[in-house]
Amino acid sequence: MLQRIYDWVDERLDITPLWRDIADHEVPEHVNPAHHFSAFVYCFGGLTFFIVVIQILSGMFLTMYYVPDIVNAWESVYYLQNEVAFGVIVRGMHHWGASLVIVMMFLHTLRVFFQGAYKKPRELNWVVGVLIFFVMLGLGFTGYLLPWDMKALFATKVGLQIAVTIPVIGEMAKTLLAGGEIIGAQTLARFFAIHVFFLPGALLALMGAHFIMIRKQGISGPL
Amino acid sequence: MAKKNEVTRRQFLNYTLTGVGGFMAAGMLMPMVRFAIDPVLKEGTEQEMVPVMDVSEITKEPQRKKFKVDQVDGWYESEVEQSAWVYKDEKDEIVALSPVCKHLGCTVDWSSNAAYPDQFYCPCHGGRYTKDGVNVPGTPPLAPLDVYKMKVEKGKLYLGKPEPR
Ligand code: FES
Repeated sequence: MLQRIYDWVDERLDITPLWRDIADHEVPEHVNPAHHFSAFVYCFGGLTFFIVVIQILSGMFLTMYYVPDIVNAWESVYYLQNEVAFGVIVRGMHHWGASLVIVMMFLHTLRVFFQGAYKKPRELNWVVGVLIFFVMLGLGFTGYLLPWDMKALFATKVGLQIAVTIPVIGEMAKTLLAGGEIIGAQTLARFFAIHVFFLPGALLALMGAHFIMIRKQGISGPL
Repeated sequence: MAKKNEVTRRQFLNYTLTGVGGFMAAGMLMPMVRFAIDPVLKEGTEQEMVPVMDVSEITKEPQRKKFKVDQVDGWYESEVEQSAWVYKDEKDEIVALSPVCKHLGCTVDWSSNAAYPDQFYCPCHGGRYTKDGVNVPGTPPLAPLDVYKMKVEKGKLYLGKPEPR
């Protein structure tokens, strides 16, 4: 049945080359853990991507209940965690995934660093990778404020106080991030927008570039 | 060559990998989907009975009575105003009708249209109901007005949730 539907579409649109191009490629022996178990270090990039997918999905579902407003934010988080079925799990996925994605990304970076995989001709991909790292940290920072509890509030105060120490533009940077003089209603709305629209958009674009470059250049050779 | 009905290594791997992958994906997606559809599966909330008026004030003519009820909307609780058309019928029994039109939810009024005295009239699309709340055939509403759950205690009329008949 599935095969027949596929054939029907393929006959008209010739989709086989499309997915072949994406999915069908050789995995060199030195990155295959079945040959050398130590090759598991090549998994960290993929694991980072896998967790990013979980983060995007669980985040999308969380916004069904969450409201970015200082009166209701905490209440809505409390409600979705305690009153909605599987709320603990969905929020837990997003909460733990946020930490895990940093860990995986860090391990991936270490592997690339110690194998010297960033060297010519792959310097550009290293740069994109570092940008992804910063975007992830930004996602972590903005997401931390959203539950609007004491921990969130003071973590953000500290974070913005660090921004003030930037020479010359420090104060401006803080006001821009906070959306006003204090950390309050405007900060929450702003951080929410940054967390769910701007940074994920940047992240998807950068990850696209990251993957295209890998396909173009191939995985770096064995040590 | 493989005998008939024998599973090849490739088939076996395909099935196992699809199975394990599907299981993992389901484990990931199931909580999220259940989370999203929770409102459909939640049981409706009960509403407390609130005192609306003295029984002695109830007349044969429908009166519009407003009263406040606590409404819990997820994480947001508020007091909302509801109203009821209250009167005594020929058998001297108390009737409390919801003013929400059964066509598309506008608010009906008693005897407000000079052409149809002694009927409930809905201004939105001209829906009409007789005094007992039954919809007049040929007008838009397809069901009679909801009736409030009620009780009388110490000379006071208490109303609960409106219920369809
Ligand atoms: S809503 Fe009352 S007639 Fe249409």
